[in-house]
Amino acid sequence: MRIFWTLWKREVASAFQTPMAWVILFFLLLVTGFNFYAGVSVLNHGPTEVTVVESFFNTVFFWFSFLLLFPLLTMRLYSEEYRSGTIEPLMTAPVRDTQVVLAKFLGVLFLYAFLWMPTGLYFLIFWWQTHLTSAGAIGAFVGSYLLLLLMGMFYLSLGCFCSSLTRHQITAAVMTFAVIALFFLTGLLSFLAGHVDTVMQGITITFSPIDQMTQFSRGIFDTRPVVWYLVMTGLCLFLTLQSFQARRWRS
Amino acid sequence: MISVQGLTKSYGPTDAVRDLSFSVDRGEVVGFLGPNGAGKSTTMKILSGYLPADAGEVKIAGFDILNQSLKARARIGYLPENVPLYPEMRVGEYLRYRAALKGVRSRRITEKVEDALELCNISHVRNQLIGTLSKGYRQRVGLADALVNEPDILILDEPTIGLDPGQIREVRELIKGLAKRHTILLSSHILSEVEMTCSRVLIINKGQIVATGTPAELRERSGIALSGSVRMEIQTADRTNSETVLTILQSLEEVASASFVEGTSSSTSSWTRYEITPSFSSSSSGDPRPALFEEAVRRGWKLRELSAHESSLEEIFTSFVDRIPGAPERKTSIKETSTP
Repeated sequence: MRIFWTLWKREVASAFQTPMAWVILFFLLLVTGFNFYAGVSVLNHGPTEVTVVESFFNTVFFWFSFLLLFPLLTMRLYSEEYRSGTIEPLMTAPVRDTQVVLAKFLGVLFLYAFLWMPTGLYFLIFWWQTHLTSAGAIGAFVGSYLLLLLMGMFYLSLGCFCSSLTRHQITAAVMTFAVIALFFLTGLLSFLAGHVDTVMQGITITFSPIDQMTQFSRGIFDTRPVVWYLVMTGLCLFLTLQSFQARRWRS
Repeated sequence: MISVQGLTKSYGPTDAVRDLSFSVDRGEVVGFLGPNGAGKSTTMKILSGYLPADAGEVKIAGFDILNQSLKARARIGYLPENVPLYPEMRVGEYLRYRAALKGVRSRRITEKVEDALELCNISHVRNQLIGTLSKGYRQRVGLADALVNEPDILILDEPTIGLDPGQIREVRELIKGLAKRHTILLSSHILSEVEMTCSRVLIINKGQIVATGTPAELRERSGIALSGSVRMEIQTADRTNSETVLTILQSLEEVASASFVEGTSSSTSSWTRYEITPSFSSSSSGDPRPALFEEAVRRGWKLRELSAHESSLEEIFTSFVDRIPGAPERKTSIKETSTP
Protein backbone atom coordinates (compact mmCIF):
# COMPACT_ATOMS: atom_id res chain seq x y z
CA MET A 1 0.00 0.00 0.00
CA ARG A 2 2.85 2.33 0.82
CA ILE A 3 4.46 1.58 -2.53
CA PHE A 4 1.19 2.37 -4.25
CA TRP A 5 1.03 5.79 -2.56
CA THR A 6 4.64 6.47 -3.48
CA LEU A 7 3.88 5.73 -7.13
CA TRP A 8 0.63 7.70 -7.01
CA LYS A 9 2.31 10.75 -5.49
CA ARG A 10 4.95 10.73 -8.22
CA GLU A 11 2.31 10.49 -10.94
CA VAL A 12 0.42 13.47 -9.56
CA ALA A 13 3.55 15.47 -8.81
CA SER A 14 5.02 14.89 -12.26
CA ALA A 15 1.87 16.29 -13.85
CA PHE A 16 2.21 19.48 -11.87
CA GLN A 17 5.97 19.72 -12.18
CA THR A 18 5.66 19.92 -15.92
CA PRO A 19 3.68 22.79 -17.44
CA MET A 20 1.17 20.39 -18.97
CA ALA A 21 -1.38 20.31 -16.14
CA TRP A 22 -1.33 24.10 -15.84
CA VAL A 23 -1.71 24.66 -19.56
CA ILE A 24 -4.65 22.28 -19.74
CA LEU A 25 -6.21 23.90 -16.67
CA PHE A 26 -5.83 27.35 -18.20
CA PHE A 27 -7.52 26.50 -21.47
CA LEU A 28 -10.20 24.38 -19.83
CA LEU A 29 -11.17 27.27 -17.55
CA LEU A 30 -11.11 29.65 -20.48
CA VAL A 31 -13.49 27.52 -22.52
CA THR A 32 -15.80 26.54 -19.65
CA GLY A 33 -15.80 30.12 -18.41
CA PHE A 34 -17.06 31.31 -21.76
CA ASN A 35 -19.49 28.41 -21.78
CA PHE A 36 -20.89 29.50 -18.43
CA TYR A 37 -21.18 33.08 -19.59
CA ALA A 38 -23.15 31.88 -22.63
CA GLY A 39 -25.38 29.79 -20.39
CA VAL A 40 -26.18 32.74 -18.16
CA SER A 41 -26.78 35.11 -21.06
CA VAL A 42 -29.46 32.74 -22.35
CA LEU A 43 -31.38 33.58 -19.19
CA ASN A 44 -31.29 37.24 -20.08
CA HIS A 45 -33.41 36.59 -23.15
CA GLY A 46 -36.43 35.74 -21.10
CA PRO A 47 -37.73 32.58 -19.45
CA THR A 48 -36.26 29.26 -20.56
CA GLU A 49 -36.92 25.63 -19.74
CA VAL A 50 -33.34 24.78 -18.82
CA THR A 51 -31.40 25.68 -15.70
CA VAL A 52 -27.87 27.08 -15.76
CA VAL A 53 -26.45 23.70 -14.80
CA GLU A 54 -28.28 22.00 -17.61
CA SER A 55 -27.13 24.48 -20.18
CA PHE A 56 -23.57 24.47 -18.86
CA PHE A 57 -23.12 20.73 -19.31
CA ASN A 58 -24.82 20.52 -22.67
CA THR A 59 -23.09 22.83 -25.07
CA VAL A 60 -20.67 22.26 -27.91
CA PHE A 61 -17.99 24.11 -25.91
CA PHE A 62 -18.35 21.74 -23.01
CA TRP A 63 -18.26 18.56 -25.06
CA PHE A 64 -15.46 19.77 -27.25
CA SER A 65 -13.12 20.55 -24.38
CA PHE A 66 -14.29 17.44 -22.59
CA LEU A 67 -13.34 15.10 -25.46
CA LEU A 68 -9.99 16.79 -26.05
CA LEU A 69 -9.04 16.42 -22.42
CA PHE A 70 -8.49 12.65 -22.40
CA PRO A 71 -5.84 12.20 -25.08
CA LEU A 72 -3.89 15.10 -23.55
CA LEU A 73 -4.06 13.73 -20.03
CA THR A 74 -3.26 10.10 -20.75
CA MET A 75 -0.93 10.05 -23.75
CA ARG A 76 2.27 10.39 -21.78
CA LEU A 77 1.46 7.94 -18.98
CA TYR A 78 3.12 4.83 -20.37
CA SER A 79 4.51 6.03 -23.69
CA GLU A 80 6.90 8.46 -22.07
CA GLU A 81 8.22 5.83 -19.68
CA TYR A 82 8.79 3.42 -22.56
CA ARG A 83 10.45 6.05 -24.68
CA SER A 84 12.78 7.54 -22.08
CA GLY A 85 13.53 4.10 -20.64
CA THR A 86 12.47 5.05 -17.10
CA ILE A 87 10.24 1.98 -17.21
CA GLU A 88 13.40 -0.05 -16.59
CA PRO A 89 14.37 1.37 -13.19
CA LEU A 90 10.66 1.43 -12.32
CA MET A 91 10.06 -2.24 -13.04
CA THR A 92 13.32 -3.44 -11.54
CA ALA A 93 12.30 -1.92 -8.22
CA PRO A 94 10.22 -4.30 -6.11
CA VAL A 95 6.84 -3.08 -7.34
CA ARG A 96 3.92 -5.08 -8.74
CA ASP A 97 2.55 -4.43 -12.21
CA THR A 98 -0.92 -3.92 -10.73
CA GLN A 99 0.42 -1.24 -8.39
CA VAL A 100 1.88 0.67 -11.32
CA VAL A 101 -1.28 0.38 -13.43
CA LEU A 102 -3.55 1.47 -10.59
CA ALA A 103 -1.25 4.29 -9.47
CA LYS A 104 -1.11 5.69 -12.98
CA PHE A 105 -4.88 5.46 -13.41
CA LEU A 106 -5.79 6.93 -10.04
CA GLY A 107 -3.11 9.58 -10.45
CA VAL A 108 -4.55 10.83 -13.71
CA LEU A 109 -8.10 10.51 -12.33
CA PHE A 110 -7.11 12.82 -9.48
CA LEU A 111 -5.68 15.27 -11.98
CA TYR A 112 -8.91 15.09 -13.99
CA ALA A 113 -11.03 15.75 -10.91
CA PHE A 114 -8.73 18.62 -9.96
CA LEU A 115 -9.23 20.20 -13.39
CA TRP A 116 -13.02 20.24 -13.06
CA MET A 117 -13.09 21.44 -9.48
CA PRO A 118 -12.83 25.17 -10.23
CA THR A 119 -15.92 24.98 -12.44
CA GLY A 120 -17.94 24.51 -9.27
CA LEU A 121 -17.01 28.11 -8.43
CA TYR A 122 -19.09 29.32 -11.35
CA PHE A 123 -22.25 28.07 -9.73
CA LEU A 124 -21.23 29.48 -6.35
CA ILE A 125 -20.63 32.89 -7.91
CA PHE A 126 -23.98 32.70 -9.67
CA TRP A 127 -25.70 31.98 -6.38
CA TRP A 128 -23.80 34.73 -4.59
CA GLN A 129 -24.63 37.34 -7.24
CA THR A 130 -28.24 36.46 -7.99
CA HIS A 131 -29.34 34.76 -4.77
CA LEU A 132 -30.83 32.09 -7.00
CA THR A 133 -29.62 28.52 -7.21
CA SER A 134 -28.39 27.58 -10.64
CA ALA A 135 -30.27 24.30 -10.65
CA GLY A 136 -33.64 23.07 -9.50
CA ALA A 137 -32.23 20.83 -6.79
CA ILE A 138 -28.96 19.71 -5.25
CA GLY A 139 -29.34 16.43 -7.15
CA ALA A 140 -28.62 18.22 -10.40
CA PHE A 141 -25.15 19.19 -9.18
CA VAL A 142 -24.47 15.77 -7.74
CA GLY A 143 -25.74 14.07 -10.89
CA SER A 144 -23.73 16.23 -13.27
CA TYR A 145 -20.47 15.87 -11.44
CA LEU A 146 -21.03 12.17 -10.75
CA LEU A 147 -21.52 11.53 -14.46
CA LEU A 148 -18.49 13.66 -15.21
CA LEU A 149 -16.47 11.44 -12.90
CA LEU A 150 -17.88 8.21 -14.31
CA MET A 151 -17.26 9.21 -17.91
CA GLY A 152 -13.82 10.37 -16.90
CA MET A 153 -13.02 6.99 -15.37
CA PHE A 154 -13.93 5.14 -18.54
CA TYR A 155 -12.22 7.48 -20.98
CA LEU A 156 -9.11 7.83 -18.83
CA SER A 157 -8.75 4.08 -18.48
CA LEU A 158 -9.17 3.84 -22.25
CA GLY A 159 -6.40 6.41 -22.59
CA CYS A 160 -4.22 4.39 -20.21
CA PHE A 161 -4.71 1.35 -22.39
CA CYS A 162 -3.81 3.20 -25.60
CA SER A 163 -0.73 4.70 -23.98
CA SER A 164 0.40 1.29 -22.74
CA LEU A 165 0.40 0.02 -26.33
CA THR A 166 2.96 2.36 -27.82
CA ARG A 167 6.09 4.33 -27.08
CA HIS A 168 4.87 7.24 -29.19
CA GLN A 169 2.77 9.76 -27.30
CA ILE A 170 1.12 11.11 -30.42
CA THR A 171 0.07 7.63 -31.54
CA ALA A 172 -1.43 7.06 -28.09
CA ALA A 173 -3.27 10.39 -28.25
CA VAL A 174 -4.69 9.71 -31.71
CA MET A 175 -5.84 6.22 -30.73
CA THR A 176 -7.47 7.51 -27.55
CA PHE A 177 -9.25 10.29 -29.37
CA ALA A 178 -10.42 7.98 -32.16
CA VAL A 179 -11.89 5.39 -29.82
CA ILE A 180 -13.57 7.96 -27.58
CA ALA A 181 -14.96 9.76 -30.62
CA LEU A 182 -16.33 6.44 -31.86
CA PHE A 183 -18.23 5.88 -28.62
CA PHE A 184 -19.38 9.47 -28.60
CA LEU A 185 -20.62 9.44 -32.19
CA THR A 186 -22.40 6.13 -31.68
CA GLY A 187 -24.36 7.95 -29.03
CA LEU A 188 -25.33 10.61 -31.57
CA LEU A 189 -27.13 7.99 -33.68
CA SER A 190 -30.28 8.63 -31.67
CA PHE A 191 -30.36 12.18 -33.01
CA LEU A 192 -29.94 10.98 -36.56
CA ALA A 193 -32.67 8.39 -36.25
CA GLY A 194 -35.19 11.13 -35.51
CA HIS A 195 -38.13 9.17 -34.14
CA VAL A 196 -36.53 6.83 -31.68
CA ASP A 197 -38.19 3.62 -30.61
CA THR A 198 -37.61 2.26 -27.12
CA VAL A 199 -35.11 -0.44 -28.09
CA MET A 200 -32.95 2.02 -29.94
CA GLN A 201 -33.23 4.42 -27.04
CA GLY A 202 -32.15 1.70 -24.63
CA ILE A 203 -29.02 1.13 -26.67
CA THR A 204 -28.15 4.74 -27.26
CA ILE A 205 -28.60 5.81 -23.66
CA THR A 206 -25.76 3.44 -22.84
CA PHE A 207 -23.49 5.01 -25.42
CA SER A 208 -24.64 8.58 -25.56
CA PRO A 209 -22.93 10.90 -23.09
CA ILE A 210 -25.17 13.71 -24.32
CA ASP A 211 -28.40 11.89 -23.49
CA GLN A 212 -26.97 10.82 -20.15
CA MET A 213 -25.86 14.31 -19.28
CA THR A 214 -29.26 15.73 -20.21
CA GLN A 215 -30.81 13.40 -17.66
CA PHE A 216 -28.21 13.64 -14.93
CA SER A 217 -28.01 17.43 -15.08
CA ARG A 218 -31.74 17.49 -14.39
CA GLY A 219 -31.14 15.37 -11.34
CA ILE A 220 -32.54 12.19 -12.88
CA PHE A 221 -30.47 9.23 -11.83
CA ASP A 222 -30.16 6.19 -14.11
CA THR A 223 -28.21 3.11 -13.05
CA ARG A 224 -27.53 1.85 -16.59
CA PRO A 225 -24.80 4.38 -17.42
CA VAL A 226 -23.28 3.92 -13.96
CA VAL A 227 -22.92 0.19 -14.45
CA TRP A 228 -21.75 0.63 -18.03
CA TYR A 229 -18.96 3.05 -17.10
CA LEU A 230 -17.79 1.07 -14.10
CA VAL A 231 -17.65 -2.18 -16.08
CA MET A 232 -15.86 -0.54 -19.00
CA THR A 233 -13.33 1.09 -16.66
CA GLY A 234 -12.57 -2.28 -15.12
CA LEU A 235 -12.22 -3.86 -18.56
CA CYS A 236 -9.88 -1.14 -19.82
CA LEU A 237 -7.70 -1.35 -16.73
CA PHE A 238 -7.52 -5.12 -17.12
CA LEU A 239 -6.46 -4.70 -20.75
CA THR A 240 -3.90 -2.11 -19.71
CA LEU A 241 -2.38 -4.54 -17.24
CA GLN A 242 -2.25 -7.25 -19.92
CA SER A 243 -0.60 -5.04 -22.51
CA PHE A 244 1.80 -3.63 -19.93
CA GLN A 245 2.95 -7.12 -18.97
CA ALA A 246 2.97 -8.42 -22.53
CA ARG A 247 5.19 -5.59 -23.63
CA ARG A 248 8.03 -6.90 -21.53
CA TRP A 249 7.51 -10.48 -22.63
CA ARG A 250 7.60 -9.40 -26.23
CA SER A 251 10.60 -7.11 -26.06
CA MET B 1 24.61 -14.70 -4.65
CA ILE B 2 23.82 -14.83 -8.34
CA SER B 3 23.38 -18.13 -10.09
CA VAL B 4 22.50 -18.42 -13.73
CA GLN B 5 21.70 -21.73 -15.41
CA GLY B 6 21.18 -22.24 -19.12
CA LEU B 7 19.95 -18.73 -19.78
CA THR B 8 18.60 -18.23 -23.31
CA LYS B 9 16.95 -15.18 -24.78
CA SER B 10 16.28 -14.29 -28.37
CA TYR B 11 14.86 -11.22 -30.06
CA GLY B 12 12.93 -12.66 -32.95
CA PRO B 13 15.24 -14.85 -34.98
CA THR B 14 18.47 -13.59 -33.42
CA ASP B 15 19.81 -15.13 -30.26
CA ALA B 16 20.97 -12.48 -27.81
CA VAL B 17 22.02 -14.96 -25.15
CA ARG B 18 22.51 -18.67 -25.73
CA ASP B 19 22.66 -21.21 -22.91
CA LEU B 20 24.56 -18.96 -20.53
CA SER B 21 25.59 -20.32 -17.14
CA PHE B 22 27.68 -18.73 -14.44
CA SER B 23 27.58 -17.84 -10.78
CA VAL B 24 28.82 -15.00 -8.64
CA ASP B 25 29.71 -15.56 -5.00
CA ARG B 26 29.17 -13.17 -2.11
CA GLY B 27 31.68 -10.34 -2.05
CA GLU B 28 32.98 -10.91 -5.55
CA VAL B 29 33.40 -8.14 -8.09
CA VAL B 30 32.82 -9.72 -11.44
CA GLY B 31 33.43 -7.97 -14.73
CA PHE B 32 31.25 -8.81 -17.65
CA LEU B 33 33.25 -8.19 -20.73
CA GLY B 34 32.35 -8.34 -24.37
CA PRO B 35 32.05 -6.38 -27.57
CA ASN B 36 28.86 -4.46 -28.21
CA GLY B 37 25.96 -6.74 -29.02
CA ALA B 38 27.55 -9.64 -27.19
CA GLY B 39 24.53 -9.99 -24.90
CA LYS B 40 25.82 -8.16 -21.83
CA SER B 41 22.92 -5.76 -21.45
CA THR B 42 20.36 -8.45 -22.21
CA THR B 43 21.83 -10.69 -19.52
CA MET B 44 21.81 -7.83 -17.02
CA LYS B 45 18.23 -6.93 -17.86
CA ILE B 46 17.22 -10.51 -17.20
CA LEU B 47 19.18 -10.65 -13.94
CA SER B 48 17.55 -7.46 -12.72
CA GLY B 49 14.10 -8.86 -13.41
CA TYR B 50 13.20 -6.50 -16.23
CA LEU B 51 13.20 -8.97 -19.10
CA PRO B 52 11.93 -12.52 -18.82
CA ALA B 53 14.23 -15.17 -20.25
CA ASP B 54 13.10 -17.64 -22.91
CA ALA B 55 14.70 -20.49 -21.03
CA GLY B 56 16.95 -21.04 -18.06
CA GLU B 57 16.94 -20.19 -14.42
CA VAL B 58 18.19 -17.16 -12.55
CA LYS B 59 18.52 -17.13 -8.77
CA ILE B 60 19.29 -13.95 -6.88
CA ALA B 61 20.31 -14.57 -3.26
CA GLY B 62 18.40 -17.83 -3.49
CA PHE B 63 15.21 -16.30 -4.90
CA ASP B 64 14.01 -17.16 -8.37
CA ILE B 65 13.81 -14.00 -10.45
CA LEU B 66 10.54 -15.07 -12.08
CA ASN B 67 8.60 -16.74 -9.31
CA GLN B 68 9.87 -14.74 -6.35
CA SER B 69 10.46 -11.63 -8.35
CA LEU B 70 9.72 -9.04 -5.67
CA LYS B 71 12.03 -10.63 -3.12
CA ALA B 72 14.78 -11.00 -5.69
CA ARG B 73 14.36 -7.45 -6.99
CA ALA B 74 14.48 -6.05 -3.45
CA ARG B 75 18.03 -7.39 -3.17
CA ILE B 76 19.35 -5.82 -6.34
CA GLY B 77 20.56 -2.34 -7.08
CA TYR B 78 20.47 -1.98 -10.84
CA LEU B 79 22.06 0.74 -12.93
CA PRO B 80 20.66 0.46 -16.45
CA GLU B 81 22.68 1.44 -19.49
CA ASN B 82 22.20 5.14 -20.37
CA VAL B 83 20.66 5.75 -16.91
CA PRO B 84 17.06 6.72 -17.61
CA LEU B 85 15.80 9.26 -15.03
CA TYR B 86 12.78 11.52 -14.66
CA PRO B 87 14.02 14.92 -15.89
CA GLU B 88 11.35 16.92 -14.04
CA MET B 89 12.39 15.67 -10.59
CA ARG B 90 15.10 17.05 -8.35
CA VAL B 91 18.01 14.84 -7.34
CA GLY B 92 17.13 14.55 -3.65
CA GLU B 93 13.45 14.18 -4.40
CA TYR B 94 14.16 11.40 -6.90
CA LEU B 95 16.32 9.46 -4.46
CA ARG B 96 13.71 9.78 -1.72
CA TYR B 97 11.10 8.48 -4.17
CA ARG B 98 13.32 5.55 -5.16
CA ALA B 99 14.12 4.72 -1.55
CA ALA B 100 10.42 4.62 -0.67
CA LEU B 101 9.73 2.51 -3.73
CA LYS B 102 12.39 0.05 -2.68
CA GLY B 103 10.80 -0.33 0.71
CA VAL B 104 13.18 1.71 2.87
CA ARG B 105 11.30 2.56 6.06
CA SER B 106 9.98 6.12 6.21
CA ARG B 107 12.08 7.36 9.10
CA ARG B 108 15.26 5.95 7.60
CA ILE B 109 14.78 7.45 4.14
CA THR B 110 16.45 10.79 4.90
CA GLU B 111 19.46 9.05 6.41
CA LYS B 112 19.87 6.58 3.54
CA VAL B 113 19.46 9.26 0.90
CA GLU B 114 22.07 11.41 2.63
CA ASP B 115 24.46 8.46 2.69
CA ALA B 116 23.95 7.76 -0.99
CA LEU B 117 24.35 11.45 -1.91
CA GLU B 118 27.52 11.60 0.13
CA LEU B 119 28.96 8.39 -1.26
CA CYS B 120 28.39 9.39 -4.87
CA ASN B 121 29.57 12.92 -4.21
CA ILE B 122 26.41 14.65 -5.43
CA SER B 123 25.26 16.37 -2.23
CA HIS B 124 25.81 19.77 -3.81
CA VAL B 125 23.36 19.14 -6.66
CA ARG B 126 20.58 17.68 -4.54
CA ASN B 127 18.19 20.53 -5.36
CA GLN B 128 18.95 20.60 -9.05
CA LEU B 129 16.52 19.31 -11.67
CA ILE B 130 17.76 16.03 -13.08
CA GLY B 131 17.05 17.29 -16.60
CA THR B 132 19.73 19.96 -16.19
CA LEU B 133 22.49 17.61 -15.04
CA SER B 134 25.48 16.61 -17.15
CA LYS B 135 26.07 13.01 -18.16
CA GLY B 136 28.57 12.44 -15.38
CA TYR B 137 26.16 13.63 -12.72
CA ARG B 138 23.30 11.63 -14.18
CA GLN B 139 25.48 8.56 -13.99
CA ARG B 140 26.21 9.26 -10.35
CA VAL B 141 22.54 9.85 -9.57
CA GLY B 142 21.83 6.46 -11.16
CA LEU B 143 24.52 4.90 -9.02
CA ALA B 144 23.14 6.58 -5.89
CA ASP B 145 19.72 5.17 -6.82
CA ALA B 146 21.19 1.67 -7.12
CA LEU B 147 22.80 2.05 -3.69
CA VAL B 148 20.09 3.81 -1.78
CA ASN B 149 18.51 0.78 -0.13
CA GLU B 150 21.89 -0.88 0.43
CA PRO B 151 21.14 -3.98 -1.62
CA ASP B 152 23.31 -7.08 -1.39
CA ILE B 153 23.91 -7.13 -5.11
CA LEU B 154 24.78 -4.35 -7.50
CA ILE B 155 24.28 -4.86 -11.21
CA LEU B 156 25.93 -2.03 -13.09
CA ASP B 157 25.55 -1.85 -16.85
CA GLU B 158 28.44 0.13 -18.32
CA PRO B 159 28.90 2.35 -15.25
CA THR B 160 31.61 4.53 -16.78
CA ILE B 161 30.36 4.96 -20.31
CA GLY B 162 30.19 8.55 -21.47
CA LEU B 163 32.23 9.95 -18.58
CA ASP B 164 35.37 12.02 -18.82
CA PRO B 165 38.65 10.55 -17.56
CA GLY B 166 38.41 12.26 -14.18
CA GLN B 167 34.90 11.01 -13.61
CA ILE B 168 35.85 7.52 -14.78
CA ARG B 169 38.56 7.45 -12.12
CA GLU B 170 36.09 8.64 -9.48
CA VAL B 171 33.52 6.01 -10.39
CA ARG B 172 36.17 3.28 -10.37
CA GLU B 173 37.31 4.34 -6.93
CA LEU B 174 33.70 4.34 -5.81
CA ILE B 175 33.16 0.82 -7.14
CA LYS B 176 36.30 -0.40 -5.43
CA GLY B 177 35.00 1.07 -2.18
CA LEU B 178 31.61 -0.57 -2.66
CA ALA B 179 33.20 -3.95 -3.19
CA LYS B 180 33.71 -4.28 0.56
CA ARG B 181 30.00 -4.35 1.25
CA HIS B 182 28.34 -5.51 -1.94
CA THR B 183 28.52 -8.25 -4.49
CA ILE B 184 29.03 -6.50 -7.81
CA LEU B 185 28.48 -7.54 -11.38
CA LEU B 186 29.51 -4.84 -13.81
CA SER B 187 29.69 -4.82 -17.55
CA SER B 188 32.11 -2.98 -19.70
CA HIS B 189 33.78 -3.10 -23.04
CA ILE B 190 36.79 -1.24 -21.70
CA LEU B 191 39.25 -3.87 -20.63
CA SER B 192 41.58 -1.83 -18.50
CA GLU B 193 38.60 -0.85 -16.42
CA VAL B 194 37.62 -4.43 -15.74
CA GLU B 195 41.22 -5.32 -15.03
CA MET B 196 41.42 -2.51 -12.49
CA THR B 197 38.19 -3.09 -10.60
CA CYS B 198 37.27 -6.74 -10.90
CA SER B 199 38.44 -9.83 -9.10
CA ARG B 200 37.07 -12.06 -11.82
CA VAL B 201 36.27 -11.59 -15.48
CA LEU B 202 33.66 -13.24 -17.66
CA ILE B 203 34.31 -12.79 -21.35
CA ILE B 204 31.15 -13.07 -23.38
CA ASN B 205 30.74 -13.05 -27.11
CA LYS B 206 27.71 -13.78 -29.26
CA GLY B 207 25.67 -14.65 -26.20
CA GLN B 208 28.06 -17.23 -24.84
CA ILE B 209 30.79 -17.22 -22.25
CA VAL B 210 34.11 -17.78 -23.97
CA ALA B 211 36.43 -17.47 -21.00
CA THR B 212 36.37 -16.87 -17.27
CA GLY B 213 38.99 -16.34 -14.60
CA THR B 214 41.02 -13.66 -12.86
CA PRO B 215 42.76 -11.22 -15.18
CA ALA B 216 46.05 -13.00 -14.44
CA GLU B 217 44.65 -16.44 -15.19
CA LEU B 218 43.20 -15.25 -18.44
CA ARG B 219 46.49 -13.75 -19.42
CA GLU B 220 48.20 -17.05 -18.78
CA ARG B 221 45.60 -19.11 -20.57
CA SER B 222 45.48 -16.98 -23.66
CA GLY B 223 49.04 -17.98 -24.49
CA ILE B 224 49.84 -14.42 -25.41
CA ALA B 225 51.73 -13.60 -22.24
CA LEU B 226 54.44 -16.09 -23.14
CA SER B 227 55.21 -14.15 -26.23
CA GLY B 228 55.24 -10.79 -24.45
CA SER B 229 57.57 -8.93 -26.73
CA VAL B 230 60.19 -6.24 -26.33
CA ARG B 231 60.39 -3.15 -28.45
CA MET B 232 63.66 -1.51 -29.27
CA GLU B 233 64.27 1.60 -31.30
CA ILE B 234 67.84 2.37 -32.30
CA GLN B 235 69.98 4.44 -34.62
CA THR B 236 73.21 2.89 -35.82
CA ALA B 237 76.18 5.26 -35.91
CA ASP B 238 77.79 3.79 -39.02
CA ARG B 239 74.49 3.28 -40.79
CA THR B 240 74.72 -0.44 -40.48
CA ASN B 241 72.18 -2.10 -42.71
CA SER B 242 69.08 -2.92 -40.70
CA GLU B 243 69.17 -6.47 -42.02
CA THR B 244 72.58 -6.81 -40.41
CA VAL B 245 71.19 -5.47 -37.14
CA LEU B 246 68.52 -8.13 -37.27
CA THR B 247 71.12 -10.84 -37.69
CA ILE B 248 73.10 -9.46 -34.78
CA LEU B 249 70.01 -9.36 -32.56
CA GLN B 250 68.96 -12.84 -33.47
CA SER B 251 72.36 -14.17 -32.61
CA LEU B 252 71.84 -13.20 -28.97
CA GLU B 253 71.05 -16.06 -26.67
CA GLU B 254 68.16 -14.24 -25.01
CA VAL B 255 66.40 -13.50 -28.29
CA ALA B 256 64.17 -16.04 -29.97
CA SER B 257 63.34 -13.92 -32.97
CA ALA B 258 63.49 -10.32 -34.11
CA SER B 259 61.69 -8.35 -36.76
CA PHE B 260 61.10 -4.82 -37.99
CA VAL B 261 58.12 -2.97 -36.79
CA GLU B 262 56.25 -2.02 -39.91
CA GLY B 263 56.67 1.41 -41.36
CA THR B 264 59.64 2.46 -39.30
CA SER B 265 62.50 1.22 -41.46
CA SER B 266 62.09 3.87 -44.14
CA SER B 267 65.04 5.49 -45.85
CA THR B 268 64.17 8.97 -44.61
CA SER B 269 64.34 8.06 -40.93
CA SER B 270 67.54 6.69 -39.53
CA TRP B 271 65.66 5.39 -36.50
CA THR B 272 64.51 1.84 -36.81
CA ARG B 273 62.22 -0.03 -34.51
CA TYR B 274 62.51 -3.74 -33.85
CA GLU B 275 60.23 -6.17 -32.16
CA ILE B 276 61.99 -8.88 -30.24
CA THR B 277 60.52 -12.07 -28.92
CA PRO B 278 62.45 -13.33 -25.91
CA SER B 279 63.62 -16.90 -25.83
CA PHE B 280 63.05 -19.00 -22.76
CA SER B 281 66.27 -20.87 -22.69
CA SER B 282 67.52 -22.00 -19.31
CA SER B 283 70.17 -19.34 -19.07
CA SER B 284 67.89 -16.38 -19.72
CA SER B 285 65.40 -14.95 -17.31
CA GLY B 286 62.89 -14.29 -20.08
CA ASP B 287 63.74 -10.61 -20.10
CA PRO B 288 66.22 -9.84 -22.88
CA ARG B 289 66.45 -6.13 -22.14
CA PRO B 290 69.78 -6.06 -20.22
CA ALA B 291 71.42 -8.12 -22.96
CA LEU B 292 70.01 -5.88 -25.65
CA PHE B 293 71.25 -2.81 -23.85
CA GLU B 294 74.76 -4.23 -23.52
CA GLU B 295 74.76 -5.13 -27.18
CA ALA B 296 73.71 -1.61 -28.15
CA VAL B 297 76.46 -0.11 -26.00
CA ARG B 298 79.09 -2.46 -27.41
CA ARG B 299 78.18 -1.58 -31.00
CA GLY B 300 77.75 2.14 -30.33
CA TRP B 301 74.04 2.26 -31.29
CA LYS B 302 71.93 5.12 -30.04
CA LEU B 303 69.04 3.77 -28.07
CA ARG B 304 65.74 5.64 -28.01
CA GLU B 305 63.31 3.03 -26.78
CA LEU B 306 63.63 -0.25 -25.00
CA SER B 307 60.39 -1.44 -23.52
CA ALA B 308 58.80 -4.65 -22.47
CA HIS B 309 55.41 -4.90 -24.02
CA GLU B 310 53.25 -6.81 -21.59
CA SER B 311 50.20 -8.22 -23.24
CA SER B 312 47.10 -6.39 -22.09
CA LEU B 313 43.71 -7.86 -21.43
CA GLU B 314 42.78 -6.28 -24.70
CA GLU B 315 44.91 -8.69 -26.67
CA ILE B 316 43.82 -11.57 -24.50
CA PHE B 317 40.25 -10.60 -25.05
CA THR B 318 40.73 -10.38 -28.79
CA SER B 319 42.37 -13.76 -28.83
CA PHE B 320 39.43 -15.32 -27.02
CA VAL B 321 36.78 -13.62 -29.05
CA ASP B 322 38.46 -14.41 -32.35
CA ARG B 323 38.86 -18.04 -31.43
CA ILE B 324 35.18 -18.71 -31.84
CA PRO B 325 34.51 -20.39 -35.17
CA GLY B 326 32.28 -18.44 -37.45
CA ALA B 327 32.96 -15.14 -35.73
CA PRO B 328 32.96 -12.32 -38.26
CA GLU B 329 36.13 -10.42 -39.09
CA ARG B 330 36.75 -7.78 -36.53
CA LYS B 331 39.33 -5.16 -35.87
CA THR B 332 42.03 -6.09 -33.43
CA SER B 333 41.53 -3.06 -31.28
CA ILE B 334 38.47 -3.12 -29.07
CA LYS B 335 38.43 0.62 -28.72
CA GLU B 336 37.36 0.97 -32.31
CA THR B 337 34.15 -0.87 -31.61
CA SER B 338 33.05 1.38 -28.78
CA THR B 339 29.60 2.88 -28.96
CA PRO B 340 29.27 6.13 -30.86
